[in-house]
Amino acid sequence: MAKKNTSSTEGIAVMKTYKLFIGGAFPRTESGRFYPLRNGSGELIANVCLSSRKDFRNAVVAAGKAQSGWEGKSAYNRSQIIYRIAEMLQQKKELFVKEMKDLGYTDKRANDEFSASVNYLVHFAGWCDKYVQVFSSVNPVASSHFNFSVPEPMGVVASFASNKSALLGFLESFIPAICGGNTVVVLASEDMPTCAITMSEVLATSDVPGGTVNVLTGPRSELLYHFASHMDVNGFVIWDAESADSIAIGQYAAENVKRVSYYNSDGAGLLSPQRIMDLQEIKTTWHPIENISGAGSAY
Amino acid sequence: MAKTKKDSSWDLSPAPESTGHVKIDKRYDLFIDGKFVPPSTKKYFKTVNPATEETLSEIALAGEKDIDRAVKAARKAYDTTWSKISAAERGKYIFRIARLIQERAREFAVIESLDGGKPIRESRDVDVPLAAAHFFYHAGWADKLDYAFANSSPTSIGVVGQIIPWNFPLLMAAWKLAPALACGNTVVLKPAETTSLTALKLAELIRDAGLPDGVVNIVTGAGETGKALVGHSDVDKIAFTGSTEVGKMIRRSLAGTSTRLTLELGGKEANIVFEDAAIDQAVEGIVNGIYFNQGHVCCAGSRLFVEENVAEEVIRKLKHRMDQLIVGDPMDKNTDVGAINSKGQLQTIEEYLKAGEKDGFEMYQSQVAVPKKGYWCRPTLFTHVSQSSIISKEEIFGPVLAMQTFRTIDEVIDKANNTPYGLSAGVWTDKGSKIFNLTSRLKAGVVWANTFNKFDPTSPFGGYKESGFGREGGLHGLSAYLKLQG
Repeated sequence: MAKKNTSSTEGIAVMKTYKLFIGGAFPRTESGRFYPLRNGSGELIANVCLSSRKDFRNAVVAAGKAQSGWEGKSAYNRSQIIYRIAEMLQQKKELFVKEMKDLGYTDKRANDEFSASVNYLVHFAGWCDKYVQVFSSVNPVASSHFNFSVPEPMGVVASFASNKSALLGFLESFIPAICGGNTVVVLASEDMPTCAITMSEVLATSDVPGGTVNVLTGPRSELLYHFASHMDVNGFVIWDAESADSIAIGQYAAENVKRVSYYNSDGAGLLSPQRIMDLQEIKTTWHPIENISGAGSAY
Repeated sequence: MAKTKKDSSWDLSPAPESTGHVKIDKRYDLFIDGKFVPPSTKKYFKTVNPATEETLSEIALAGEKDIDRAVKAARKAYDTTWSKISAAERGKYIFRIARLIQERAREFAVIESLDGGKPIRESRDVDVPLAAAHFFYHAGWADKLDYAFANSSPTSIGVVGQIIPWNFPLLMAAWKLAPALACGNTVVLKPAETTSLTALKLAELIRDAGLPDGVVNIVTGAGETGKALVGHSDVDKIAFTGSTEVGKMIRRSLAGTSTRLTLELGGKEANIVFEDAAIDQAVEGIVNGIYFNQGHVCCAGSRLFVEENVAEEVIRKLKHRMDQLIVGDPMDKNTDVGAINSKGQLQTIEEYLKAGEKDGFEMYQSQVAVPKKGYWCRPTLFTHVSQSSIISKEEIFGPVLAMQTFRTIDEVIDKANNTPYGLSAGVWTDKGSKIFNLTSRLKAGVVWANTFNKFDPTSPFGGYKESGFGREGGLHGLSAYLKLQG
């Protein structure tokens, strides 16, 4: 709320408190800490929650609880829910464009990023019930068995959203994960966290079950160790990493053989289903095929 | 060693495989740049037949300088030959390797059993034929990779360092080499120190196949040699199969580098038997799941879960079946369970047996005699163990089964998934819908339903969680050795 205008008819504007998004609720950080977010002219936009290790651990618990429910939904259902996010986002264009402009976006950039964000959601909504077909196989084993391989979600994924954009980068940091049936804990952009929290309000009204997406705010440096080392986190996604971070992350992530993916938001493949597959495990199932009176059978 | 069960009404006569046609040199050097060369360390270590404790040969100990030489040879081969020839020609070389292994199958099987202690029946019927099949399957992929990964323009990675374990020495070499070569990479491979012989025989065979010098280099040694390979700055990718502990060390040491990594690590896998299973078949599956290859199998079904109302029947039939297993001379075609791979591994297993007894669990060992010399462990069953006990949590890598019972599906899924590992799982039931309920909820890379411990080159293998990442075999396994765009 950079412009604290008052008008005689409306009275003073009500400023929004930006909170975290954990387990479907919007709590403040348990630590009671904040960092001020200011616009280019130094005016206060918001006091943003400075998340703690405890907030992260709570978010991982919430994600873990939501995992089997989200993973267990039909692909068609997940697809519709992600499409629903796009629907809910579309009608809030004015709000997001304004929020981005408060963060220093030009009008054009804000409008472009908003459109790209809606299109991104629609694109991945369509992948939910297709990537399994594209990346599965029936394997012609030499013995008398039916054998097939399918991708399955890894489980709980932690994610550092890019610090280079307010809305699209936030979506890129977790949509492929939930598209593939994972649950996530996202640390929003440190410099542009407001759109992520407002986007969480969109998620909360899009039939995304509570705990499927959890959003924290604060600097990476304080949470990096906890994101990389938590034993109940199966995958870790880092957008636009500082090169020095990858040494620490690699060391900590080894503890539970965490799968780590680095992405560059200027790079190629943002719409590739490979972003979903990076957070999947391949499961192969065998079952014998009965052979009667010597007649062979195979797939 | 003939069957020596005391109360047996009849014994099988020994049926030893002859070793006369097999030639093992007194000493083996390193295979670098197409030639066998002595190690810069000037050191050699002994490789021992674990069934007789006799020394079979001396193996060169590769040091850092040798690793550097091997990596340079692999780099030169990658730059000058292997990445220049057509993919179809690359495939033809790999087909040759497959055919040569088939031709020399008996020799490889005998050496595998002599050096590693596994029953000749297994090396003859499983390890060696599967190794040949792996080369044959992957050879055909070499010129078809664009079809496997649509819109991804797959390209080779470069020089690959591969480190393999001692439980399936030749087969693991094949699992590693075949996809790496088919995808256009050159390789430096390090076999495990107790089982180098078949890898070195494979080096001879690869030389005979006419592969360009340096495309495959085989360096022998123990942990320090492996460390030097992992730490070499000109290796583009490391593929490791072995313990979770070492896998984590490798992961740490590669942190912050651009070296790619795939890991196939340990397991403590659940084998689940429901009351409606064909019990006799399930008992065969339990035996195959844990006593195959002396239990030296990363995906062994070492945690048995039996539905409570059939537990007594399963235990009775399992003990009876265990008593029929012939433990002894790996070279005897009647042998079911061979020698433990090394003295060190035997000590590790014995410590776990003590831990299980100390925790007060009922232990049953098969009633068979074992030879005096060599390293042996009778098939062992602990019944009614607790979920949190050491023997049901840690990978023993021996013929030791830890059994629990369960009442409901949700309970057994919780128990089965309550482990940091996730390599494999087994389910025994006659009900199709139950099978798919289980197979979709068990967190494991390979799920065997009404079967166990089956392997095939077309079938991806690899784990969830601390059992590692990446797959080996099948279409999915190829991506471990390719750069994919997008």
